[in-house]
Amino acid sequence: MARLITYREAIREAIAEEMSGNDKVIFLGEDIGAYGGAFGVSKGLLERFGAGRVIETPISENSIVGVGVGAAMAGFCPIVEIMFMDFITLAMDQIVNHAAKIHYIYSGQLNVPLTVRVPAGAGKGYGASHSQSLDCWFLNVPGLKVVAPSNPYSAKGLLKSAIKDPNPVIFIENKMLYDFKQEVPEEPYYLEIGKAETLLAGTDVSLISYGRALHLSLAAAKIAKEAGISVELIDLATLKPLDTGTIINSVKKTGKAVIVEEGHKTSGVGAEIAALISEECLEYMNGKVVRVAAEECPIPSAQKLEAAILPSVEKITAAIKKACFSYE
Amino acid sequence: MANNNLDQLINFYKLMLKVRIFEEKIDWLFSRGLLGGTSHMCIGQEAVAAGISANLNLDDYVISSHRGHGHLIAKGGEVRKIFSELMGKVDGYCQGKGGTQHLCAKEIGFYGTNGIVGGGIPVATGIALSIKLRRSRQVAVVFFGDGATNQGTFHESLNMASIWGLPILFVCENNLYGMSAPVSKMTNIKDLARRADAYNIKSHIVDGMDVEAVFARSGEALNYIRDSQKPCFIEAKTYRHCGHSKSDARVYRTKEEEKCWREKDCLDVLKTRLISLGFAAEQMDKIKAETEQEIEAAWKLSEKSEDTPLSLGLKGVYKDG
Repeated sequence: MARLITYREAIREAIAEEMSGNDKVIFLGEDIGAYGGAFGVSKGLLERFGAGRVIETPISENSIVGVGVGAAMAGFCPIVEIMFMDFITLAMDQIVNHAAKIHYIYSGQLNVPLTVRVPAGAGKGYGASHSQSLDCWFLNVPGLKVVAPSNPYSAKGLLKSAIKDPNPVIFIENKMLYDFKQEVPEEPYYLEIGKAETLLAGTDVSLISYGRALHLSLAAAKIAKEAGISVELIDLATLKPLDTGTIINSVKKTGKAVIVEEGHKTSGVGAEIAALISEECLEYMNGKVVRVAAEECPIPSAQKLEAAILPSVEKITAAIKKACFSYE
Repeated sequence: MANNNLDQLINFYKLMLKVRIFEEKIDWLFSRGLLGGTSHMCIGQEAVAAGISANLNLDDYVISSHRGHGHLIAKGGEVRKIFSELMGKVDGYCQGKGGTQHLCAKEIGFYGTNGIVGGGIPVATGIALSIKLRRSRQVAVVFFGDGATNQGTFHESLNMASIWGLPILFVCENNLYGMSAPVSKMTNIKDLARRADAYNIKSHIVDGMDVEAVFARSGEALNYIRDSQKPCFIEAKTYRHCGHSKSDARVYRTKEEEKCWREKDCLDVLKTRLISLGFAAEQMDKIKAETEQEIEAAWKLSEKSEDTPLSLGLKGVYKDG
């Protein structure tokens, strides 16, 4: 039976189910106890699982992740919540030099089944240090997996898989999606990391996105349809390993692509996908590859400015037209 | 002194000599261009690893720093597998993928040397958390230098170990220099052990050139940790006779200072002690000759073993499953 739950509830359920099923799953983070986490994700988990497994930490991001790495090396499956993705900058050493590399550099003697959950993204007027989408930073680090679900169903299934994964996973939650509701099965289920989902089949242009930007892309796809453009909409869901097959097959069919992300354009997720398309699909192209991303400036606090620098339905609609009609 | 204590001292002598000769061999190989990459030798600091490890069980964890060959050998590591690792051979501890700063020997509880100064401290703290959650009597021991005490991870980890009551021994090997920077210039306190006070962690200061003192103090500290389930901190005052790494001409310190510490060398201190207990000098020479042969034989074996092929070098980025 399915019921309507929020993205927040879906994530909480995934944590609770995995903690119930495996006593090696522990949860660490700042204010995740009685307070329930900065975004209310962990409400009730302390009462249910106790302070031995829901471990409130001091404000020490690098070492919280480091503690997670160590516990993972010694047989546990820690989930670490970093309150805002912006704060993950403080933990880059433990993520990049430790979590990502330990299985390789120690030649498989040890591994790091660690999940780092990070609420990301703008839209709440929190300003430059509480609004970023630093997703693309982690794509350049072999050894990491990066997951960024756009809806409650995929958030739950992918988080359960991330917690079970024997490798470190950066799990990016868009904070504007926490109240987004969707029907989610009551029965436990897992979704495979590394699989994109084609949400709309189309023939004219591949619209590739993920996270909150996917919802804007869906709205733009509907507008494009009214203008007679058939859009194939792909939700990446996992950014690393990227589902290159789904992207390549779609672009070979449509010959055009628009890539939408909430992070900045330079060296972003879109840049990687555009490069993939140019390597694999060039002879099939009959239009452009266009990227839609945040403007190249820090996220301003003023909400009108913030909205103006982020991707929007209008910007995506314009990008679709640019991709399709640039040679006409 | 009882015989078993004499045996213990002889074992220390054998172990410390093994580390010393191994490190000198590494130094020699670099000077001849026979080894690539880098290495941070612990010549002069052998007593710290030896004295502490003698109090550890096989299932206790050791987490080391970039200067970690001695820690690994003291935990029971094989010199041949270290040679092979440094040479990129397939029979090295990590098949040559890790190298000197990323050595690991899980089967003996050695959870890695670490190329990031202070990087192993939170990892060790997490391992100590796992011990607490499993309710076992194991201990995690983490070695780091004086330089690491200025890293944020040091302070963050001591704080967490203290508030959570974790079974971890923090061992600061204060060899007076973080690479070239004197500890007296980079901190404004005399004893780094005082930093543990700030986190309400019990600490000891010990003469790191005296293996008996290290053994006794760390034994006390480890018993305290196992019994109280609280962390403890040891500052071992020591000195590396060699440079920071293979290419260091040591221009930042005086020959007089080096001579002064040479006179306190941990192996010489131990030899004097053994002679005072009636152990024959010829016996020590015999042990030295045997150890040199052992190291040489290990090196020869490593030299002959197979280079790690690229096909293997590209594998293992992710664990399957």
